[in-house]
Amino acid sequence: MSIDWKSYKPLLIPQIKGLQNLDVYEQHGGYGALKKVLAEKSGAWTTDNVINEVKNSGLRGRGGAGFNTGLKWSFMPKPDGGPRYIAANGDESEPGTFKDRQIFEYNPHLFIEGSIIAAYAMSVETVYVYIRGEYRSWINFMRKAVDDAYKKGYLGKNILGSGINVDMVVHSGAGAYICGEESSLMESLEGKRGYPRIKPPFPAQRGLWGRPTTINNIESLANVPLIINNGADWYKNIGAPTHPGPILYGISGHVNKPGVYEYPSGMLITDLIYNVAGGIRNGKKLKALIPGGSSTPILRADQIDGIGMDSDSLRTAGSMLGTAGMVIMDEDTDIVDVLWRISHFYHHESCGQCTPCREGTGWLEKILHKINHGDGEMRDLDLLLDLCTQMEGRTVCALADAAAWPVRYTITRFRDEFEARCKNTVYALS
Amino acid sequence: MEYTFTKEERDSIEAICAKYPERMAATLPILWFAQDKFGHVDPDVQKLVAEVLGMPEAHVHGVASFYTQYYKKPMGKYVLDVCTCLSCHISGGYDMLHHLENKLGIKEGETTPDGMFSIQSVECLGACGYAPMMQITNDVFVNHLTPEKCDKVIDSLRAGKLPEFEAITMPQHDKEVS
Repeated sequence: MSIDWKSYKPLLIPQIKGLQNLDVYEQHGGYGALKKVLAEKSGAWTTDNVINEVKNSGLRGRGGAGFNTGLKWSFMPKPDGGPRYIAANGDESEPGTFKDRQIFEYNPHLFIEGSIIAAYAMSVETVYVYIRGEYRSWINFMRKAVDDAYKKGYLGKNILGSGINVDMVVHSGAGAYICGEESSLMESLEGKRGYPRIKPPFPAQRGLWGRPTTINNIESLANVPLIINNGADWYKNIGAPTHPGPILYGISGHVNKPGVYEYPSGMLITDLIYNVAGGIRNGKKLKALIPGGSSTPILRADQIDGIGMDSDSLRTAGSMLGTAGMVIMDEDTDIVDVLWRISHFYHHESCGQCTPCREGTGWLEKILHKINHGDGEMRDLDLLLDLCTQMEGRTVCALADAAAWPVRYTITRFRDEFEARCKNTVYALS
Repeated sequence: MEYTFTKEERDSIEAICAKYPERMAATLPILWFAQDKFGHVDPDVQKLVAEVLGMPEAHVHGVASFYTQYYKKPMGKYVLDVCTCLSCHISGGYDMLHHLENKLGIKEGETTPDGMFSIQSVECLGACGYAPMMQITNDVFVNHLTPEKCDKVIDSLRAGKLPEFEAITMPQHDKEVS
């Protein structure tokens, strides 16, 4: 499948100077989707119609799991008069991921507009925007944008005379990877330690303060005005058919031009590395890449030919789209060292609630540290894989899986390098 | 040490609490508020936060200790959070960390005797494309670090000046312009 990316003009972050300012956003048609929906709220754009349009667009969540956004919205129960919430997830804490901050900085009103439409569609009156605490500068950008939207009557009571009320509160995290997990995010918003909750009940049944709640990624919500303005059929035709729409690709590591790029979904990995990001720096060869944040399985250079950045294509290759935060590694990269550092991260970030994760992440790091420092034995590799089996699927949330997958796939796909490191050590020779 | 909030600060705190259906939800925002004022949230500050929230100290301590950005003890005037996570690691994050350690004569987790600088090695800060990088005292990001840039930042901080925010646009926009 070939994606026409060369003629693609960014939609989420178009190149318009000053677009982060409300007046410029309005001059370029901003809040037009919201006006359209509110004007037709008892006609073409009933709440059900908005949900169906988003569902039919095929928009899939951009936070990692890739669930159909409109379908998620449809899980909200019928309004019973009590409070309901949206929590917009801007925790963006998966290593390799740095895309949502681009929206906060350059097109915050697109996200705000999408959130208001989502709130209308799900009869929600309060949207909490959870942004990681490290993004203080971007939290300030968002707070200003939200204040401006209030002043112009896009937020608050009786929005544009429609009788619809939506409040938006920007909430700062304080340094915890786990708070990007949706139930942990809710705990954190409620003012607690970010311990994930057991599901079911799912957030749509019992979310924030026990009330129906939908958690959507920032980028997912920013896509909503595009769908309302142009229709589901238009949206479906952007990029990969089973995972359509524009994607903010975060490209980091050993490329000449790292950064965030907006292109259609399904872009070939090779196009992104060699044509978009300028190829591997210093004329080196590609060794490996992590396609969608540190928890997605690593791919060797020989595994990426013809593979596109969408969930189906990446599944065929043996990985996942995740957050589309690609980490590119050149031929000089020490894979054992990289895996140790990834395991160090998950050990540091395990919340400690479930034993297999709390202890497992610690042992993964310890054993990898030992191997990395030349003290490993061959049997350590199988011990690591066995540990992964003990962790996967045995905890309240997916952090244990996120910690185990990199270990499992990196060892499987680069076994020779791990074995080489475990040979000729004092332990192997004794 | 005993810490207090002024009447105006208590009013601001009440305004923050009003944004949430329950007071407990203001725990993180009020810890931030306190840290911005006192520079840390040590057990005495936690006690004050618990008092204004009307929550047990144990709750506030539990929250403060869970999140890495709250300083549980007084820190240097400037805290250098050097990212050494995945993308920064493969781009020389540890080299920057060690350069700063050598320059300031302290190890990560320590504070210089004059109380000016603390250094921490931290997990992913979400600036992977601009690696290696660091964040200064939970605030401004300094991207594309080199030893020379680290030196400049230290000089500038010694003169009391925080580096400016670095706006980074999408590289494809640069291309469209040229």
